[in-house]
Amino acid sequence: MSAPHSETHVDSVGTYVKVLLALMFCTVLTTWVAYIDLGAFSTVIALSIASVKMLLVAMFFMHVRHSSKLTKLVVVGALMWLGILLVLTMTDFVTRNM
Amino acid sequence: MDTAVAQERENYLNASHGLKSWLLTKDHKRIGLLYLFTITLFFFIGGAFATLIRIELLSPQGNMVSSETYNKLFTMHAVAMIFFFMIPSIPAVLGNFFLPIMIGARDLAFPKLNLLSWYLLVIGGAFSLFAMIAGGVDTGWTFYTPYSTTYSNSWVIATALGIFIAGFSSILTGLNFIVTVHRMRAPGMTWFRMPLFVWANYATSLIQVLGTPVLAVTIVLLFVERVFQLGIFDPARGGDPVLFQHLFWFYSHPAVYIMVLPGMGVISEIISTFSRKTVFGYAFIAFSSVAIAVLGFLVWGHHMFVSGQSLYASMVFSFLSYFVAIPSAIKVFNWTATLYKGSISYQTPMLYAFGFIGLFTIGGLTGLFLAALGMDIHVTDTYFVVAHFHYIMVGGTMMAYLGGMHFWWPKMTGRMYPEGWAKLSSLVIFLGFNLTFFPQFILGYLGMPRRYHLYPAEFQVLNVMSTAGASILAVGYAMPMIYFIWSLKYGKVAPMNPWGATGLEWRTASPPPVHNFEQTPIVTHEAYDYTSVPAEEIEVV
Repeated sequence: MSAPHSETHVDSVGTYVKVLLALMFCTVLTTWVAYIDLGAFSTVIALSIASVKMLLVAMFFMHVRHSSKLTKLVVVGALMWLGILLVLTMTDFVTRNM
Repeated sequence: MDTAVAQERENYLNASHGLKSWLLTKDHKRIGLLYLFTITLFFFIGGAFATLIRIELLSPQGNMVSSETYNKLFTMHAVAMIFFFMIPSIPAVLGNFFLPIMIGARDLAFPKLNLLSWYLLVIGGAFSLFAMIAGGVDTGWTFYTPYSTTYSNSWVIATALGIFIAGFSSILTGLNFIVTVHRMRAPGMTWFRMPLFVWANYATSLIQVLGTPVLAVTIVLLFVERVFQLGIFDPARGGDPVLFQHLFWFYSHPAVYIMVLPGMGVISEIISTFSRKTVFGYAFIAFSSVAIAVLGFLVWGHHMFVSGQSLYASMVFSFLSYFVAIPSAIKVFNWTATLYKGSISYQTPMLYAFGFIGLFTIGGLTGLFLAALGMDIHVTDTYFVVAHFHYIMVGGTMMAYLGGMHFWWPKMTGRMYPEGWAKLSSLVIFLGFNLTFFPQFILGYLGMPRRYHLYPAEFQVLNVMSTAGASILAVGYAMPMIYFIWSLKYGKVAPMNPWGATGLEWRTASPPPVHNFEQTPIVTHEAYDYTSVPAEEIEVV
């Protein structure tokens, strides 16, 4: 089965190298931040950096940027489902001592 | 049609020979049969554990096995039945075999991935089987922490690893179905001409793809805590044991719908065929499958009302749980409306469909009892819960699976099963099932907890009834096993369309050729349009 035309677009090698460097920078940043005591914000920052890395991988390495609307819908759907997991779990954790 | 000629024609069964041709096959029909053999093995393993449980519960003293062994028996019964029988049952056997044919495709979108899915199930099953033989696992199929990560001395990791691997089988099957439905439909097979079995499997696939990775993550976290003592769920190390339950049930509640949704698809096919009527409210049934798939992800907290979960969260989950009843009820009402003024014939698949509707309704309605906070706290972890989910799993899914097996057996094998024996076995199963599980509702309401083999003497009569029912049920399950095998050699040769049904699978030979159709079918009618079936193709038996 042939792939749809929209999925055949490939970024330049330069772009991939830049994304790779950005990912490596984020990894170093995560490690560096882990040694600084920011209280509850340590987790927030670590997860934020991880989210950025995830987006970079999905958009560039997984070609979501150039994919069909259906593929983008799949990605958004998966993120929504992650949202369901987090939000409904938090309805418990946030209100447990109320 | 000359049936002798039909038998000699090349089909997927006789196109190639030898073990290698099966173990390396990319034909979705053969892979469906490979799944059939595999899950049947696990059904008998799970059934053997159930037999031991029921024999133990004949007497209140708990005098056959130790408490530790009993813990292992109910755990391994559930692991075998849920992960290696129920979840792959209808999608991987009947879905694999019929989904491509029903949409007019030559195969699934990724045939090699399909074969890999089967190997993953076998490898996962081998790990879990090893754990069972090596000493078993005693945590319950839910693997609740901290017991599973800190205290259990049984084969937790091997079992969990088996489930982890089998999970990828489930994900890949779901992915394959989704892509196949999107990309491989025959000309004219629009979304709203697809049989409802396809819709049901599509919705199931969405759950498999969206939910199963969370189970995999949960198992990895369990592994990390048990092996490396990292604090994830253990409060002594800063973890939270209730987090495990959130993650586990985020998958495992939707998993209930992985098990029952395909069964609902089977019932839609059977009800329409044997009442010879278009399914009433086709679009409602189709969308209700998707609605169940989505809503099923919003209700997991109703398994956790006594876990220490906040009251606010419990109220939210209780409220949301009621919503799942709506699409389920839409299906039941529409099936009933389909029967109205239908030309009903009481063939074996239809008997199973009747069984499904009645038993699923009891299972579903008692689920509403359990979604109500006050009622649930009274019956939490009692036999009421055991009875409830067995009415869904065994009364629902198992009835649909057997109904589907009888419905499509002529197409799969080219042979008819013996109708009289089949009707008898369906009645034996129905009676045996109800005698096994209805007393458990009463036991649970009276307060008998699940997962104990010692119980007060006043519960013995109901337990003896339940065990007697299980014996009848076992006989009922053995019967199809015997006559299906018998029919392969002695059964009447099946015509192309023995039931006068409308689906594309009935427009090709029995058994189908390797590529399903001599020519790619062009679809010009809605699903279940009985005027579209040429009279000369019907040879109703």
